[in-house]
Amino acid sequence: MSEHHHKETFVTKYIFSKDHKMIAKQYLITGMFMGLIGLFMSMLFRLQLSYPDTSFSLIEAFLGRGQDGGVMTPDMYLSLVTIHGTIMVFFVLTAGLSGTFSNLLIPLQIGARDMASGLLNMISYWLFFLSSVIMVSSLFIETGPASAGWTIYPPLSALPQAMPGSGLGMTLWLISMAIFIASSLLGALNYIVTVLNLRTIGMKMTRLPLTIWAFFVTAIIGVVSFPVLLSAALLLIFDRSFGTSFYLSDIFIQGEVLHYQGGSPILFEHLFWFLGHPEVYIVLLPALGITSEIIATNSRKPIFGYRAMIGSIIAIAFLSTIVWGHHMFVTGMNPFLGSVFTFTTLLIAIPSAVKAFNYITTLWKGNLQLNPAMLFSIGLVSTFITGGLTGIVLGDSALDINVHDTMFVVAHFHLVMGVSAILGMFAGIYHWFPKMYGRMMNKNLGYMHFWLTIIASYGVFFPMHFLGLAGLPRRYYTNSAFPIFDDLLHINHVITIFAIIGGLAQILFFANFFFSMKKGPIAPKNPWKSNSLEWTTPVEHIHGNWPGEIPEVHRWAYDYSKTDENGEFYDGQDFTPQVVPARPDEEML
Amino acid sequence: MNALFFILIFIALIVACWQFVKILGLTKVKDATATEKENNINGWLMLGLMVFIYGLMLTSMFRGRDVLLPRLSASLEGHHIDNLFIITMCLIFTVQFITQFLIYYFTFKYRGIKGRKAIFFADSAKLEFIWTIIPAIVLTGLIGYGLWTWNDVMDSSDAENPLVIEIYAKQFQWEARYAGNDNTLGQGNVRYIKGKNTMGVNLKDSYALDDVPSRVLYLPKGRKVVFNFRSQDVIHSAYMPHFRAQMNCVPGMTTHFAFTPTVTTVEMRKNEDIITKVNNINVLRKEKGEDPYTFDYLLLCNKICGSSHYNMQMKIVVVEESEFNDWLASQKTLAQVLN
Repeated sequence: MSEHHHKETFVTKYIFSKDHKMIAKQYLITGMFMGLIGLFMSMLFRLQLSYPDTSFSLIEAFLGRGQDGGVMTPDMYLSLVTIHGTIMVFFVLTAGLSGTFSNLLIPLQIGARDMASGLLNMISYWLFFLSSVIMVSSLFIETGPASAGWTIYPPLSALPQAMPGSGLGMTLWLISMAIFIASSLLGALNYIVTVLNLRTIGMKMTRLPLTIWAFFVTAIIGVVSFPVLLSAALLLIFDRSFGTSFYLSDIFIQGEVLHYQGGSPILFEHLFWFLGHPEVYIVLLPALGITSEIIATNSRKPIFGYRAMIGSIIAIAFLSTIVWGHHMFVTGMNPFLGSVFTFTTLLIAIPSAVKAFNYITTLWKGNLQLNPAMLFSIGLVSTFITGGLTGIVLGDSALDINVHDTMFVVAHFHLVMGVSAILGMFAGIYHWFPKMYGRMMNKNLGYMHFWLTIIASYGVFFPMHFLGLAGLPRRYYTNSAFPIFDDLLHINHVITIFAIIGGLAQILFFANFFFSMKKGPIAPKNPWKSNSLEWTTPVEHIHGNWPGEIPEVHRWAYDYSKTDENGEFYDGQDFTPQVVPARPDEEML
Repeated sequence: MNALFFILIFIALIVACWQFVKILGLTKVKDATATEKENNINGWLMLGLMVFIYGLMLTSMFRGRDVLLPRLSASLEGHHIDNLFIITMCLIFTVQFITQFLIYYFTFKYRGIKGRKAIFFADSAKLEFIWTIIPAIVLTGLIGYGLWTWNDVMDSSDAENPLVIEIYAKQFQWEARYAGNDNTLGQGNVRYIKGKNTMGVNLKDSYALDDVPSRVLYLPKGRKVVFNFRSQDVIHSAYMPHFRAQMNCVPGMTTHFAFTPTVTTVEMRKNEDIITKVNNINVLRKEKGEDPYTFDYLLLCNKICGSSHYNMQMKIVVVEESEFNDWLASQKTLAQVLN
């Protein structure tokens, strides 16, 4: 097939591009920008928590009205945690992570010229962009952005009388999320169709790299669960604007009885968490997929237990859709239902343990190339275990009673999904930067970035568990209303210091990223000596990915350090790309 | 002092990083995968990271112990929760210690230095079976014990003559209502809220007028208390950490929780953990020139509910049952309050 290269204008090439590689880069840059906003917000509320009532003139200059003489107001604090959560979970770790790497890698790793539908792909990105713009613009309205927490439970989110952020800010939040969900669905459908239909000759499902398996299953979870959030949001819009009572009943606020009758906020919680929990895996699975690929490549070893890894991805995905109730143990739902959700929740530990041990075994007796991508991947395995283990406490309904909604929860989910997923995203960026921009990133800055980030992550989130175990609830603007929490201030100081170190460390990353994009050394075709198909494409991006025929695939992606009968590497190199046909004497898996 | 300490740490980190970069700067720029030198340094640093994580865990456990809730649960049901918690925590720490060791030790041991050759080891049904079955067995035990505890805590049907109390939540205040002589609460709905009838009690309900409203939650030691939770505006959560108790208050419905207080406030003030904690707190308060603090049980709001969420609290006082009865008798009933 000859590729028809029509003349491209600036607009069709860089803005309304239908090329999956360009769209991936657009997702990445937008996601990074949103991440910067989310990070900055976290710095602000960390400062508030460890230095309550302190005046920061710098902050006052930045934020104006939310600051009374440089001191943060409670409403401002709540809106910061709300938007921080929303941005990080959806805009950075869903769109920024999945959007970037699914778009970049699915066609390249399965051997396709592009996504099944370039147009849908383009629309998907621009809807995401639009929703980002709306979300960011909600920061600038007079009553402030949504501030009912990223879980936006009604009635708090439904009644403008309940808090200022539930006025126009909440409306914008809902509109933004509705558009975001549309974007996410278009993307996910595209990924599923592409993986199922556009694989090159020889690329059986059982030869796909684990990255593709992770993206594929993630897309399926997204298609199953995001529409439920959309319906939850629509019903909330009805309650807010058209006087219906889906979620509201018997409410007396600001001296008057409202007309709502017969609804239940618990219904919203069920609908929300039916997406909300799978969302954790929508965030995490792509990061784990990226890690699988990077750990195998840089260990110079096949990923251990390839089929078990696929099995665990599918098992986790399935279980993730039947555990949402563990967020609701103390909402007053029937204790028997709580028992069921405890059972299904703790089952997730099994496939997760399999994945963790398989990673560790992949490291065993490898020849580890500790480049930045590899360091971030190992960091992910570490934080995934640290954070995942405390899930055994929270998933157990009896134990959840006393730690529910405390800082213990905040520490748990930040480690297991926040830090792990962002480490996976960094790993992916360091690993595939040469594929995206044709240049190498600076390794030394990468190392510094990793070491500061991992130390800061542990320094922030490990001590935070103890705040929760001391009984400190989350989303408290200050602890000073309770003398019993006075002795937690030291821990809060430690956390904030580490948070600032971690925040500043990201400057290294941003500097490295944009500098290398323009000035980095030109990348070789296959810099990491990897087996998968994306490294057979030319360094310079072209439409259709391969200049000639799409290569055929003859093996899985993990033939690293494979030896012949004499114990010698084939062709004298420790990797055998997927395009190399089976040798006569070779034993194929 | 603290600030200075951290500034020094930060400076030390920066210097360390700078030195590190200088060393790495000597290596070839063009080498794409990691050089032997980089593998060596990063391998050693990974061991260092392991030490850091272990150190952090141990320091947090050692230094953090004083800030935790007292180990003594103030409710009977809390003891089961605490046992389960301790077992779970021991398990978690064991697994954490072992797996983190494996990750960082392997990373260090198999760092790519000269002459290293990776093995081709793609699968082992036996190994994978082992680490499927072991977590499965351990979790079965944990789930079993967990569910037993859960049902024990949540099932209050077996209580003989429990005390019935309504906890009523609104932005940003708690109120309590005791069921009175008939030990049955009068019905409530926000539509009855008027004047001093702040909890919206249906005054035509024959059970209502002997109810006793209070802004402090008095509880008798040794008698099971069944709580009914209501909210008039948004979702709140009644969190009583010392009793290992929590339940959301949801507008439009009534939720329930029950426990038996076992330690009076006076007794808890003599608890060793509490004495240490209160002393630490008072040292800090003295530095800031604030009044000394004495321990009291608390009910906190633990579900985001608006601007003053952070300050929505009610004092809980646990006393001997006779003392409790005297207190209750001295309080005004709803009928008296409204007249």
